[in-house]
Amino acid sequence: MIYYVGAFLLIAIGIYAIIIKKNLIKILIGLDLIASGTNLLIVSIGYVKGGTAPIFSPAVLGKAVKMVDPVPQALTLTAIVIGASEVALAAAFVVLLYRHYGTLDIKKIRSLKW
Amino acid sequence: MIRKITYGIFLGIIVAALILFFAAFPFGKNKMAVGKYYLQNDIKQTGAANVVTAVTLDYRGFDTLGEVSVLFAAAAGVAILFYVLEEDKKKREKQVYPNFIVRVGSRIIFPFILLFGSYIFIHGHLTPGGGFQGGAIIASGFLLLYLAYPGERVNRNKLAIAEGLAGLVFVGLGLFGLLTKGNSFLFNFLPKGELNMIFSAGILPIIYIAIGFKVASEFAGIVDDMMCEAICAGGEK
Repeated sequence: MIYYVGAFLLIAIGIYAIIIKKNLIKILIGLDLIASGTNLLIVSIGYVKGGTAPIFSPAVLGKAVKMVDPVPQALTLTAIVIGASEVALAAAFVVLLYRHYGTLDIKKIRSLKW
Repeated sequence: MIRKITYGIFLGIIVAALILFFAAFPFGKNKMAVGKYYLQNDIKQTGAANVVTAVTLDYRGFDTLGEVSVLFAAAAGVAILFYVLEEDKKKREKQVYPNFIVRVGSRIIFPFILLFGSYIFIHGHLTPGGGFQGGAIIASGFLLLYLAYPGERVNRNKLAIAEGLAGLVFVGLGLFGLLTKGNSFLFNFLPKGELNMIFSAGILPIIYIAIGFKVASEFAGIVDDMMCEAICAGGEK
């Protein structure tokens, strides 16, 4: 239960950072927070009460144990790495914007008027 | 003013989503549909102890190939954005090295990071872990080396060869299974072996090792691009 609330809080903080903050780096952090919150949400959907990790290790083999849903974990596994590379790409854009305009403030970057 | 209104609307949407979500997906209840099938049939269909690996590489192997391609596209994008002509690169006159402890300590720790990362992706079908995580660990080792020795650069040609070979192994194994043994891409044509042994689960460990190399070389390339952007200082400015 606390995982759902935490995931939604992370997403909400991320959206807040994207809408309110003027600094491009802070917007980037907000983007990453949304990605983390989404990953946490997806994994916690797959949780089964009292379930173990979906691995048939010798300790659980042959016993009737409940396991959590493996599909959301498999989705999140790749999403984390892809999220990291996307943040790297966005950071590259931020570096180029800073070099072109000399500022990180989106109010001063002309073509990004809000 | 308009910003605050937008913010209020977004906040309302989030709260509404939270309430609807609690109603639709109660926490901790068993709501598996596909997952149950995977848990029941994993051992005899793939032979991998780790069901998450079986889902990632066997049941959804083709999707993973797409995800690796997305990763490649992002790494290539960083490289293109930071592209500087070789003759425009100016080395900084005075290299600022970090202190002695960081330099020596990074040399001692780097092989252990490589070993740990390799362990993670070789045992991907037995333990929690796999190519993506192991590759990220190895790339973090490269980041440590870059922080300790800012003036040195990794050989990009070797990284490109490692990345290309890893991708070739992935696609080649898939095509081999498709053309010779089975009737589907990434058909598991090797013997399944004994559960919980290192040589089990057919082609899954080989694919995960290839993914590990690919992720490690791509992330090391991203790290190299970013460090070079800070240090080589080429182009306009």
